[in-house]
Amino acid sequence: MKRKVYLDHNATTPLHPEVKRAMTEAMEVFGNPSSMHSFGRQAHRLIDDAREKISSFIGGKPEDIVFVGSGSEANNTVFNLLSCTAKRCEAPHTKRRQVITSQIEHPCILEAAGCLGERGMEVAYLPVDKYGKIDIAKYEGLISENTALVSVMMANNEIGTIQDIKKIGGIAHKHGAMFHTDAIQAVGKIPVDVKDLAVDYLSLSAHKIYGPKGVGALYVSPGVPFCPFIRGGHQERGRRAGTENTVGIVGFGKAVEMRVKEMDGESEKLLSLKSRLKAGIEKNIKDIEFNGHPSDSLPGTLNVSFDAAEGEAILLYLDLEGVAVSTGSACASGSLDPSHVLIATGVSEERAHGSIRISIGRDNTEEEMDYTVEKLAFVIDKTRNMSTVGRGAHGKKA
Amino acid sequence: MEKKPEWVYSDKVKDHFMNPRNVLADEAAYNADGRGIVGNIKCGDEMIVAIKVDKAKGVITDCRWKTYGCASAIASTSMLSEMVKGRTLEEAYKITAKEIVEELGGLPGHKVHCSVLGHDGLRAAIDDYYRRNGIKKSL
Repeated sequence: MKRKVYLDHNATTPLHPEVKRAMTEAMEVFGNPSSMHSFGRQAHRLIDDAREKISSFIGGKPEDIVFVGSGSEANNTVFNLLSCTAKRCEAPHTKRRQVITSQIEHPCILEAAGCLGERGMEVAYLPVDKYGKIDIAKYEGLISENTALVSVMMANNEIGTIQDIKKIGGIAHKHGAMFHTDAIQAVGKIPVDVKDLAVDYLSLSAHKIYGPKGVGALYVSPGVPFCPFIRGGHQERGRRAGTENTVGIVGFGKAVEMRVKEMDGESEKLLSLKSRLKAGIEKNIKDIEFNGHPSDSLPGTLNVSFDAAEGEAILLYLDLEGVAVSTGSACASGSLDPSHVLIATGVSEERAHGSIRISIGRDNTEEEMDYTVEKLAFVIDKTRNMSTVGRGAHGKKA
Repeated sequence: MEKKPEWVYSDKVKDHFMNPRNVLADEAAYNADGRGIVGNIKCGDEMIVAIKVDKAKGVITDCRWKTYGCASAIASTSMLSEMVKGRTLEEAYKITAKEIVEELGGLPGHKVHCSVLGHDGLRAAIDDYYRRNGIKKSL
């Protein structure tokens, strides 16, 4: 049996064994949570229990949590409510016409923002510095009494950089704008408290924290405007129609319960594994550069660029050695453009094409880090030996 | 239901990717009769193809290459380097990207562009050979 090392936890995570157990048990509960009979009430109780766990984990109240089908749906729900002009829409129709987001958001935010632009809103994309941090001066220059919504992600999925959400949200509120943060990569990895951060909307997802795929949640602060993205049912207090995914929601609740127990200790472990990996790469492979912020970063995320080696080839050679990572190369994305995140941080196209994202998780070991360094050194050497590109000449743009 | 292979591309692509044939290890020592360079590393791929030619017969005797490119570029150029040996310059020039992809057992649609790179590189190398030898060809 060939050795397998999974280092792509920002893409998705395996189910926590406790989550799997809870979900397996919940599969027996088939009632429609909206039904008034005992079958329905039993399912309803399971959902309430999960809602309670998740809301208390992020410092909110159970009624502030709207379960949705994915993190992408949570994000789209927020952007969608701005452009709704229906009479029945519960969100007050704002005269403010501007939306501010950043250049390094997840594609689901960038696409949703692009749609708002085509519906007549003005969309501004905040630039970031070389570490991926929002340029606050540019942000303060852009925001005005015309800004309806500011949406900035808490932690970046590709480079792991963590933003100062409290500050960014505070500036939005000072101008009377609503504030949303995509915290899908952050919740369950770093402490998140919606009260302390004073966010209006916050998106989260189960499958990034050892929960199941197909379930996410949107935190909606009391009293802020809301318009359902999916209409036609009274589920989720009329905020998201569709019979609830009971089993998925139970898994989400259990995943969060396990985060409460494991997150703090795990962070230290992940940081130590990451520094071991980083040191190993630095020692064994020349002409590299690490991307992202050196300290304000997700504990398990490491992004590194290799000169003269193309990312998809690196990924697939590593895969043949049993090591699973991700890349910012265009060749792996189906488009011709490399990672928009790396480009926004000023990394050259060459180095973006030659980038690898390694995201470490709770089951990884020191020995796996050493194995990965060994295989990575071999793969980079192999790739460079057939490369047309000389090394050392392809750094940051001037 | 047919089970999809665990590896993302075909077995032949995998084989050529794992064991690339005819990589141009030492360009200076190779002393090519024709050399082509195509692509752009800004777009994520660049290819050098070098050929040796039996001048009397007009036949390609050897073909070497190197690339800054993805798995499909590596596999398709490796495959191409085997296909052209022993062919006349005219025959080699006419090899299409489609033929290379077929030899590889197929590539996903968005990856076909990567196989064109080796094929363009070969044509550039043949053009270079004609130029060096003062041969005017309109192919």
